[in-house]
Amino acid sequence: MAELSNAVDIATAVRNGSVSAVAVLDQYLARIDSRESSIHAFNLVTREQARSMAAKVDADVKAGRDPGPLAGVPIALKDNMCTRGVPTTCSSRILEGWKPPYDATVVTRLAEAGAVFVGKTNLDEFAMGSSTENSAFGVTYNPHDTSRVSGGSSGGSAAAVAAGFAAASLGSDTGGSIRQPAALCGVVGVKPTYGTVSRYGLVAFASSLDQIGPFTVDVRDAAVLLEAMSGHDPLDSTSIPQPALSLQGSLDRDVKGLRIGRITDLPGGSDPEVEARLAESFEALAAAGATIVDVELPSMKYGLTAYYLIAPAEASSNLARYDGVRYGLRVDAADTNAMYMATRAAGFGDEVKRRIMLGTYALSAGYYDAYYGKALKVRRLISDDFARAYQKADVLLTPTSPIVAFPVGAKVDDPLSMYLCDVFTIPTNLAGHPAMSVPFGTGAHGLPVGVQVLAPTLGESVMFQVAAHLERVAPGGAK
Amino acid sequence: MSETFMIDGYELVVGLEVHVELATATKLFSASANRFGDDPNTHIDPVTLGLPGALPVLNRQAVELAMRIGLALNCSVQACTFHRKNYFYPDMPKAYQISQYDVPLNIDGWLELPGGKRIGIERAHLEEDTGKSTHIGGTGGRIHGSDYSLIDFNRAGVPLVEIVGRPDIATPDEAKQYVTELRQILVAIGASDAKMEEGSMRCDANVSVRKPGAPLGTRCEIKNVNSVRSLGRAIEYEARRQIALIEGGEKVRQETRHWDENDGRTHTLRTKEDADDYRYFLEPDLVPLAPEASWIDAVRAALPMLPRERRARLSSATGAPSDGEAVMVVVERGQDDYVLAVAAAGADASRALVHVKEAYAEQGATPAVPAADLARMIVLETSGKLTSTQAKTVLAEIVANGGGDAEKIAAAKGFEAMDTGALEAMVDEVIAAQADAWAKYCAGEEKAMGALVGAIMKASKGKADGKAVTALLQSKRG
Repeated sequence: MAELSNAVDIATAVRNGSVSAVAVLDQYLARIDSRESSIHAFNLVTREQARSMAAKVDADVKAGRDPGPLAGVPIALKDNMCTRGVPTTCSSRILEGWKPPYDATVVTRLAEAGAVFVGKTNLDEFAMGSSTENSAFGVTYNPHDTSRVSGGSSGGSAAAVAAGFAAASLGSDTGGSIRQPAALCGVVGVKPTYGTVSRYGLVAFASSLDQIGPFTVDVRDAAVLLEAMSGHDPLDSTSIPQPALSLQGSLDRDVKGLRIGRITDLPGGSDPEVEARLAESFEALAAAGATIVDVELPSMKYGLTAYYLIAPAEASSNLARYDGVRYGLRVDAADTNAMYMATRAAGFGDEVKRRIMLGTYALSAGYYDAYYGKALKVRRLISDDFARAYQKADVLLTPTSPIVAFPVGAKVDDPLSMYLCDVFTIPTNLAGHPAMSVPFGTGAHGLPVGVQVLAPTLGESVMFQVAAHLERVAPGGAK
Repeated sequence: MSETFMIDGYELVVGLEVHVELATATKLFSASANRFGDDPNTHIDPVTLGLPGALPVLNRQAVELAMRIGLALNCSVQACTFHRKNYFYPDMPKAYQISQYDVPLNIDGWLELPGGKRIGIERAHLEEDTGKSTHIGGTGGRIHGSDYSLIDFNRAGVPLVEIVGRPDIATPDEAKQYVTELRQILVAIGASDAKMEEGSMRCDANVSVRKPGAPLGTRCEIKNVNSVRSLGRAIEYEARRQIALIEGGEKVRQETRHWDENDGRTHTLRTKEDADDYRYFLEPDLVPLAPEASWIDAVRAALPMLPRERRARLSSATGAPSDGEAVMVVVERGQDDYVLAVAAAGADASRALVHVKEAYAEQGATPAVPAADLARMIVLETSGKLTSTQAKTVLAEIVANGGGDAEKIAAAKGFEAMDTGALEAMVDEVIAAQADAWAKYCAGEEKAMGALVGAIMKASKGKADGKAVTALLQSKRG
């Protein structure tokens, strides 16, 4: 049996009965068996659950029922999405032993579309980080070079797709946590418009910024996954009341006449190879008849600072509930207050503690206006900048990450340099806009480089149209 | 009430904050039932328990009831937002309460006391209730020193409206009237059952004192006031405590104090210095709430008649004062429609008010006795065919039977109007038979009249009108 490498081909073959979901699953499980020990993409491989889901898909096909557009597609879930009866850890000791009594909406929707869940993937603890080195359960290594990081926080999900452990995976993106690891691992990663995909069942990091999206081997798969995941969810009040996105029609559309924005005041400091790939992506689009227009985003340089006040502020509130009483880790102590403190001291890692403290401080009486309040104003300015830019341009292009995958341990003692990895991705989250990373050639050491396509609110169609074109013309072909 | 209420030359300034649980079917942000008194932790779900990944969804019925409260209290209803109030307590599973902060749903209203004084309402906002902790062991049911604690999350997430009154209350009695009136309004509009004893209505009092004309004094917030009566006691105690401090040359410290029903005192709960920093910020899991004008108008149009309007209507129909006991009691019992129905059936409205107030204490808002039956009895009474004493006897029977023909009951009891001559003859007989009592009565011993009246009533088999008997005795004594 020939190996099928993308979700659309798998689903087509499974639906028409030319291959069984169980056989597809076996190929993926075999790759996990041979290489997971050197990658560590997963916190948990849900082998038995996957087999029963695959068997059900096959039974449906046999009985003449359509299992759905993702029939038999092996999918990995970031371990911050609730899965009923299956441990959900956020790669934190604080949630040790907790099995959610319910499924996240995305989990339900993908299951209904015929997906087969192969496991829960590693992440920076509570999605706080850019390298998956902050996991309580160890680093996830980059499949392209296992001495290097996979990016983060959704490093496990990116690595799982890059290593062929899953045909696709889900991540969450609060400041770049899908796009940056996608770029570093050479796969497609999409952060949709805020409110497009339900957050119900996503363990919150920073609620006003968090958004779930797919990792896939190509742009078409990302469109198919997003179509299956998106659409209004009454369980999430921030879910946009509109039907699921329709994206596949955009993929083959000519880019001729589109206006592609180049940000003239983009923060510098990127690798020269990364800058070169970005320049080539503009050239390729221009060659296809698109117009390159210059835009300014003067507030973008404050994005990182604003983000590191807003996200920790929300996190300090979201993470206050982990007290050892109702679920997860409990470290016993002399009295209740001592138990709370011992539990939180043992349960949270350094980066999580750092952000809880930052966020608590930023919201405190006497500091609110100077920190959190000011950050909200910057957030508004960034949105205004984007609004002006999108009067001139249909999409914007930037590098996804200023650098390629870096060696494990290179930045762990320097949080500020780690935070800079997200300089190009964070403004999108602050504005609530969609953006995606598309593999576009390689940089230093032959490592993958991603180009980021940014679009205005609900501009996913044009974003996918441009991304699909970049994929077609990428150096060395797609991937 | 008295504008001049003073304690030792000090004026009292009181503002009340009242929390009411809304009578919704489900919780403020989840589909679990909002029900009091069931087994612990039976109305819970991922949202109620604050499980990781759970998200709140605002309950439309709760918004509607909160708007009813705002409109009944003459507030403006506005587009508003929700905030997180961050503080840690074991019975609050998310470690923050979703509440409204700088932009609440209802603002700037007033409540009119029965006597006509208006108490300002600053705001009435939506928020969620906490769970309920029970501390086992130790003393006084406090968490400190207890052996262990039990938590019931059935109440967690129950919708509350916090009604913040302006410091316009000047006496303990006004505070009691305010809470009583508010309770009646809440019940009338179906927003809450407003039972202080069950905790579905909870009242905190901000109390300060000052010399007339002086700036506002430092206030203390009194918590744990569990009845209207306690509210009056707690305010008065607290005012006297503050006055004693000032008179003793000390300063009142701004603090939260706990009312102890048993010793009748307030005790320091926490001082301003150890107040929590709530780190309010906009709740990112919810979107702004902007009730459209048509919704607000529909809620306003559907408001039932409020107690104040009911009292005015009953007062004008009966001539009784709108803040008098009879009108207050009958409206509070919800029997005013019934009184008006009795009047409409041909009875004198003021007699109907008196009889309903006296004889219908145990009856609900719509008594079992058909209005026409009571009306017929009152017509007999006012036309002189029944004495007021006989009327009471007939009414008692009508009430006991859930209705009845007054004329037939009167006839069965042998009641008929006694003519004056017959009554006078009976009075003379009794005077002759009870010469001792009569002599004492004539000597000025008023007590002796009781024996004479009793004997006459007995002789008449209850047919005599007590008032007429008394009048005859008095005129015969000369």
